[in-house]
Amino acid sequence: MTSTLTISALTKHFGELVALTGVSLSVAPGERVALLGHNGAGKSTLMKIILGLIPATGGQITICDAAPGSVAARRAVAYLPENVAFHPSLTGEEQTRHYLTLRGESPGLAMGLLERVGLAHAARRRIGTYSKGMRQRVGLAQALIGQPRLLVLDEPTSGLDPVSRREFYALLDDLAAQGASILLSSHALTEVEARTDRIVILSQGRLVAEGSLADLRRRASLPVMLHITARNGFANAIAQELPAAIMVDGALHLSCTQPEKLKTLGRIAGLGDMVADLDVLPPSLEDIYSHFSQGGAR
Amino acid sequence: MNRILSTAGTEFRIALRNRWVAIALVLMAVFSVVLALAGSAPTGGLGVDRLSVTVASLTSLSVYLIPLLALLMSFDAIAGEAERGTLPLLLAYPIAREEVLIGKLMAHLAILALAVLLGHGLAAGMAIWGDETALAGLPALWRLSWSSVLLGATFLGAGYALSALSRRPSGAAGLAVGLWLGLVVLYDLALLAAIVADNGGWFTTKAFPVALLVNPADAFRLFNLTASGATAAASGVGSAADAIPLWQSLSSILLWPLAALGLAAAAFRKVTP
Repeated sequence: MTSTLTISALTKHFGELVALTGVSLSVAPGERVALLGHNGAGKSTLMKIILGLIPATGGQITICDAAPGSVAARRAVAYLPENVAFHPSLTGEEQTRHYLTLRGESPGLAMGLLERVGLAHAARRRIGTYSKGMRQRVGLAQALIGQPRLLVLDEPTSGLDPVSRREFYALLDDLAAQGASILLSSHALTEVEARTDRIVILSQGRLVAEGSLADLRRRASLPVMLHITARNGFANAIAQELPAAIMVDGALHLSCTQPEKLKTLGRIAGLGDMVADLDVLPPSLEDIYSHFSQGGAR
Repeated sequence: MNRILSTAGTEFRIALRNRWVAIALVLMAVFSVVLALAGSAPTGGLGVDRLSVTVASLTSLSVYLIPLLALLMSFDAIAGEAERGTLPLLLAYPIAREEVLIGKLMAHLAILALAVLLGHGLAAGMAIWGDETALAGLPALWRLSWSSVLLGATFLGAGYALSALSRRPSGAAGLAVGLWLGLVVLYDLALLAAIVADNGGWFTTKAFPVALLVNPADAFRLFNLTASGATAAASGVGSAADAIPLWQSLSSILLWPLAALGLAAAAFRKVTP
């Protein structure tokens, strides 16, 4: 099957400012892709170009064989903006009914949608009285309208508590299982870790890394930390055996590269009774993310 | 069509909750009643019925009030959405920008029409209640009513255009007040000053009628005064009305709403959320 979204060599300039440079990306049906990057990395700009809200300076985009911003593309794409807002005088139900009509669906589906995002109890209250998390749910409800082929979600979980986040990702899993493609942005790799098929890291408008988390972890090949706790009195002896180790609060911290990991572990095992405990700490997700996003900055 | 109607319904609901509907209705009702009461005094000497006199006063009122109400309702239409952050999501939906504008226009125009009907209805009721012959003034009142709605459409369109151009509600409000002052107040003063200075020369005979037709507010006043033959009851610019044929002022008030909407659509198309 062809991709739902194909971007090739996309470039965007705002006057002198270069927002995106040569970004290429494709998203297949049913695929969940996370777009990561610092503030100002170009995530929101990329999303707005995909939606046809702002024109690209160069490069090509097709969404379900249509140009961004065309009626066909807008029918196929649902959008959840960052910090989504609605008119405070309308109730959640009224707003959802309006969005349903705009997509050519029956406004009677509004309550069902609000129920799906856990907002049925507040549907008849004005959005002006909602919390940020509740507004985010209205935003999510409108993004579910009419079985979109592509969902573009800009920081969709900001303002949601951990339980709501889990429910939110469960909804996304359902949609992806039905063949919808999902492109979502986030600041945090930890959050999208288990919930996306592929991760794309943007830094200063460039795509600096793309792949599954395992791919990225392998490619970054960041050093592994070994924390060695010595048996009473043996700390100095171990330090002599492992000159690269540093003493921190009575424990020894040793950093080693991936290829040397097993060799180093062997040497530690050879120390026998001198070692009371050993912890192996793989590079954290945030380390991997910083590695790639700073690599792009250089 | 459903998209436009849903937009109109939503906008109407918002205006209702923001008290715009109440404000427009009360303003028009109060002013119409005051003018109907005031208009009942000098009828005898002029030999026209009471309602026709009231229509002449209502015309002068509408020239100021209708543009003001229209601009107040419209200046926030696009700039407000941009500031609240609701515009990007709206424009990502499969609805054309023109459809958004038409939906908003329908709601705002309906509110203006309600206000006009209420105000004029009250004025007519009071005039006819006190003077049977006032029924003769009903055609003039009806003409005033629909031309008021057209005048409102012109200034709603102008308000949307300013709203799209400024992109911030505060800026749009400033521009709207400026436009109102310029077209409704200062324009006439400038014309009068020019006529006095010109002393019956080229400006008074050639440029002045065109200048009146080009301004939608003046064309509206001209049309109503010419059509009702009530120039005797009005003063000032109205006395120039005799020189300009009715079809010209009618064309102006029919064309201006379309032109203003065209401007609004062009300005809105340039907005990038």
